[in-house]
Amino acid sequence: MARTPDGPPPPPTVQRLRLRYTKRGPLRFASHRDLARALERALRRAQVPMAFSAGFSPHPKISYMGAAPTGAASEAEYFEIGLSARRDPEQVRAALDASLPPGIDILECVEAVEGSGSLADRLDATRWRIDLPGVDADELAAAVQALLAAETVMVTKRTKNGTRDVDAREAVVAAAVAVEAGCAILQVVVRQLTPTVRPDDVMAALAAVADLHPPLPPRAVREAQGRLDDSGGVADPLGPDRVASSHCQGEPAQV
Amino acid sequence: MAVYPGRAMTVESLYPRLEPLLAQVQKPIQYVGGELNAQIKPWDDVAVHWALMYPDAYEVGLPNQGLMILYEVLNERPDALAERTYAVWPDLAGLMRENGVGQFTVDAHRPVRSFDLLGVSFATELGYTNLLEALDLADVPLHAVDRDESHPVVVAGGHAAFNPEPVGDFIDCAVLGDGEQVVGDITDVVAAWKSQGCPGGRVELLARLARIDGVYVPRFYAVTYSGDGAIAEVLRTRDDVPARIGKRTVMDLDEWPYPKQPLVPLAESVHERMSVEIFRGCTRGCRFCQAGMITRPVRERTITGIGSMVDAGLKATGYEEVGLLSLSSADHSEIGQLAKELADRYEGSNTGLSLPSTRVDAFNVTLANELSRNGRRSGLTFAPEGGSERIRRVINKTVSKEDLVRTVTTAYANGWRQVKLYFMCGLPTETDEDVLEIAELAVEVIRAGREASGSKDIRCTVSIGGFVPKPHTPFQWAGQASAATIDHRLRILREAINADRRIGRSIGLRYHDGKPGVIEGLLSRGDRRVGRVIERVWRDGGHFDGWSEHFSYDRWVTAAAEELAPYGVDLDWYTTRERTEHEVLPWDHLDSGLDKEWLWDDWQDAISEDEVGDCRWTGCYDCGVCPTMGTEIQIGPTGRSLIPLSVVGARPQVDVDVDAAAPDPVHTH
Repeated sequence: MARTPDGPPPPPTVQRLRLRYTKRGPLRFASHRDLARALERALRRAQVPMAFSAGFSPHPKISYMGAAPTGAASEAEYFEIGLSARRDPEQVRAALDASLPPGIDILECVEAVEGSGSLADRLDATRWRIDLPGVDADELAAAVQALLAAETVMVTKRTKNGTRDVDAREAVVAAAVAVEAGCAILQVVVRQLTPTVRPDDVMAALAAVADLHPPLPPRAVREAQGRLDDSGGVADPLGPDRVASSHCQGEPAQV
Repeated sequence: MAVYPGRAMTVESLYPRLEPLLAQVQKPIQYVGGELNAQIKPWDDVAVHWALMYPDAYEVGLPNQGLMILYEVLNERPDALAERTYAVWPDLAGLMRENGVGQFTVDAHRPVRSFDLLGVSFATELGYTNLLEALDLADVPLHAVDRDESHPVVVAGGHAAFNPEPVGDFIDCAVLGDGEQVVGDITDVVAAWKSQGCPGGRVELLARLARIDGVYVPRFYAVTYSGDGAIAEVLRTRDDVPARIGKRTVMDLDEWPYPKQPLVPLAESVHERMSVEIFRGCTRGCRFCQAGMITRPVRERTITGIGSMVDAGLKATGYEEVGLLSLSSADHSEIGQLAKELADRYEGSNTGLSLPSTRVDAFNVTLANELSRNGRRSGLTFAPEGGSERIRRVINKTVSKEDLVRTVTTAYANGWRQVKLYFMCGLPTETDEDVLEIAELAVEVIRAGREASGSKDIRCTVSIGGFVPKPHTPFQWAGQASAATIDHRLRILREAINADRRIGRSIGLRYHDGKPGVIEGLLSRGDRRVGRVIERVWRDGGHFDGWSEHFSYDRWVTAAAEELAPYGVDLDWYTTRERTEHEVLPWDHLDSGLDKEWLWDDWQDAISEDEVGDCRWTGCYDCGVCPTMGTEIQIGPTGRSLIPLSVVGARPQVDVDVDAAAPDPVHTH
């Protein structure tokens, strides 16, 4: 027989907010679990009125999605929170941002519009920028061409349960090479399949097709995350909520 | 901005060279700093630079209260800065050596080599090899005598510093007792010496430090040995340093409300909560307990002092649990009122309170209910320590079996499902029968608990480890039980618990085998000769000795046999040998305030199973601490109370409704 705690059930969720945040500088070494802990504590410090799950161990209502790997920086991480009292999204953004260490910056906060679908469904591709110090840009361009020309490029991923072979080529939608301040840069759009193809898998694919081995560790930044559009671009996943809320501006911003 | 003389010049951050290495190691977040409430001060703005080290992994070291307190106290001084450094795991240490990157601080990633002082907090002796690894990575000579003015002064603190002799060759000084005030005195001395142009070099600086109350400089004390291997005498080599070094004691805890801004890491740590020390010291007189002996007398923080620390700390951290820390928290004179009023203040905020463990005789259900009112109801932990009533009289932690069973049963009857019981094995005079009584007790607890709660869904976890005799306790003379004895007793205990599976499946047994305890024993009661063993073990690749996957008993045994043989002593001589009354102990010149004769008498009382009371309630029994140190017991009740905060957690940062524009929070003081 399930036991239930004494007292009334926790207050229900009355508002859902969707937030975009960054992982910059040294904090790119934070793992998904590290970030989750930091965000939950910051929500408490910022006194955001979180809704909690029922039961003996109530948990704040937070959903994380599509976390960038440990070591990769990001300009486009997303999570969603459930509130027990309504708040102005921009004030929540500012208060939460002030409660987080520099490097984890809350860039946007919008109210989820009922019926606009789940946020996770709007995140199916990433645009990565991978800085490759010490790599010759021409050599990189040749390797990228070889990758795009290939049908399949199998790479071995390390997972919790040992190793697994995945086709890195299948996930790559587009790739281009640029040079900035003398450093070769790979820009690549990757479809988020299961298992996820990450920047190090793309690098492994370049090593497989063209024997490309960077002398220094590559530095990856997730520049955008969202639904793949017809032109191979990545759409703003908060767009649908923003559009919907701009149509119902009847509610004054609360101070 | 004043630029101070000496070698205090701007130092480069090692981060650009460290960063490429971090991509190749496990849990890199532990090396990048950036914790909430961390501080970075400009190097050239201050005269004195402290690197503070906890000689274990970041996840263990970061929550350490002692280090956090000193970090804040030092950074509050305009003339000093403090940064933190922790033991580096072997994967990164290897890359650092390959790439010539030295031991660094996690705050500004400055090289430890550039600091004026390296303060190392030893909560346990098993961190000694990590000190050597850090010194080597920092490019600081291992032996204090090989260092010059350009090297940091290595200062050891923490409970293990009450016998620093095993690391006496590697440290420049040890600090005895509470650190809050003495770090300021040390900073003053170093600042003055530097501003004078470093007169007399390193030796003069150390001589000045040796004249600070509570600071011990091993190189100014010569140890000689007699034919039987024991110490003949310890004599100072200069007459301007004290013959005996006394500990430091902070007398008014309310004046030292640290940490005010507890550090909150991004990485996972061993304590995911904020802690407030509600009192320091303990006079319960448990004879095995070094902490209770060396931190006397009891000094309570007042209920209002605790209330404001909890308030400030929760706001600064966002933690959802507050640990009320001390050596025996249920003994605080205002604990019941404190728990109730804190629970009232944080009603509805999912903020839990916890005590580290509770004495069986101090537990009550009202207190336990208040502690868990707003948070998660986790397990309860009791520490009877000894399995039989007889052995509990020996260790002076008397509680009857009936009381124990009744207390635990009450907890089950009131809805707790999980109770943890802590025990030790290998205590002086202990027999197999004493340990087997733990099984009987656990079985009885489960039987009575099932009956009282009407449920089979209850558990009892027995956690047991080998006893290690410690300096400055009545058991400092005792022969330590051998690893074989400990392992034998753990085996028969496990068999006894599993004898009846219908009960045994509700009992968990957690234990550590006897081997690490033997090495801890060697390091705890060792003298300077043991330093050679530590160095040898480190040179053979030993460090992280507190971690079973890194600890190598065989490496220690081999090193001890080979390094101690020239002195005519061995591992057993330091561990399983019982000492005689008048043997000169390696720490006799270090004064915890306890009268050695009183300790001996208490040891004799232990053998004859005589108990001693608590001087807070039964009168002074002349342990010697208060008159020697000029201190006194400071306990309440104060008669004050915590006024409810008008808005939980004070002014919201996210205001919505006009009526939520709350007045300023009411503080009670």
